[in-house]
Amino acid sequence: MIRLLSLFSLVLLVACNTTTPPEVKTDKQVETVAPDATQIPVVDFAGLKPIFTQKSDTTYIINFWATWCKPCVAELPYFIELQKKYEGQKYKFIFVSLDFPKQIQKKLLPFLEKNPLPGEVVVLDDSDSNTWIPAVDPEWSGAIPATMVYHGDDKIFAEKSFHDFPELSDWVETLK
Amino acid sequence: MKNLFSLVLLLAISTLMFTACSDTSKVAENAAESVEETAKKSINVVKDQTAQAVTVVNKDGKGYQVGDKAADFKLKNVDGTVMSLGDMKDAKGYIVTFTCNHCPYSVLYEDRLIDLHNKMAAKGYPVVAINPNDPVVQPEDSFEGMQARAKEKKFPFVYLFDDNQQVYPLFGATRTPHVFLLDKDMVVQYIGAIDNNAKNPEAVTINYVEDAIMALEKGTKPDPNFTKAIGCSIKTKKI
Repeated sequence: MIRLLSLFSLVLLVACNTTTPPEVKTDKQVETVAPDATQIPVVDFAGLKPIFTQKSDTTYIINFWATWCKPCVAELPYFIELQKKYEGQKYKFIFVSLDFPKQIQKKLLPFLEKNPLPGEVVVLDDSDSNTWIPAVDPEWSGAIPATMVYHGDDKIFAEKSFHDFPELSDWVETLK
Repeated sequence: MKNLFSLVLLLAISTLMFTACSDTSKVAENAAESVEETAKKSINVVKDQTAQAVTVVNKDGKGYQVGDKAADFKLKNVDGTVMSLGDMKDAKGYIVTFTCNHCPYSVLYEDRLIDLHNKMAAKGYPVVAINPNDPVVQPEDSFEGMQARAKEKKFPFVYLFDDNQQVYPLFGATRTPHVFLLDKDMVVQYIGAIDNNAKNPEAVTINYVEDAIMALEKGTKPDPNFTKAIGCSIKTKKI
């Protein structure tokens, strides 16, 4: 039931995004996760899937990470910097956490409280990884961190860590 | 009723996760202890260090694909001896598994890897565990850490250290855990996950590696021969 609700809210969120009027918001395009965000959606891949196929004029930056993944955590500041770079433009950041559902309260929420992320955080809990990993990208072996950027039909995917901001920023720019 | 079932399932998974995690925390305590008694089950100590000529097929630099012949290697085991696949005289195949201490997904599979070895080594297919991580990047994956974990969990298989990080790129390993099943000729027959449910052993419906070995035993090809799973990236200073 909880999962269903979460799923519903995520779909709603994504859906809302597409119906957002085209005028550019100048102050805060991407909202920061509230420190008391105790309602992080937990979804299976079917619930997550809509975020990969949004046909809008927004560029989606989707990062697969987990608090237990050291290189994932190390590159998050570059995503925060990237969000600042694109402030006011149509970029949406989604952080897909592979934290174990059991550790959301114990690890993920405290982490996000200390390190608010500039976008939506959603926990993916789907054991059928052999099906959903190739569905995200055929080139992905399943190691994290991994990042996808897409705009309409244009897409780039990287199964790698970014070691500094320019590396991430330059890579994202290759989408255009 | 459905909700109750979900709750029970969630509790079960949670308990499992908790247990797996508390195992990890114990490792450091044992780090200083020696592992002299670590059993070397199916591998003999390398006596002759002369490298054998091996046909290596690694076409595109992306690592081995199913059907490629793997090169043998010499790596240090947790007991301090240098090991090589060729020393395992009676082996009919090798369950080469890139794994490590720190990765939660590796930890989730530790007990299952032990069971797999105990079941399959008797049939001629021992687990050959290899830690590919650079301990400068991930201190838990140091050689001493490996020794401590092997001792604590009483690994019945060898646990080798790819300390120069030269073996995992040959295989094309990208994550831990990442299994490469080789046949007796060291031809790669299966690449991927151990089974189809990392988080919950009770919910496993396909034992990929076991099934692949059964196929080889029957003289057929594993199906599937390639699977994907979430894992920790292999830790290097810079890629």
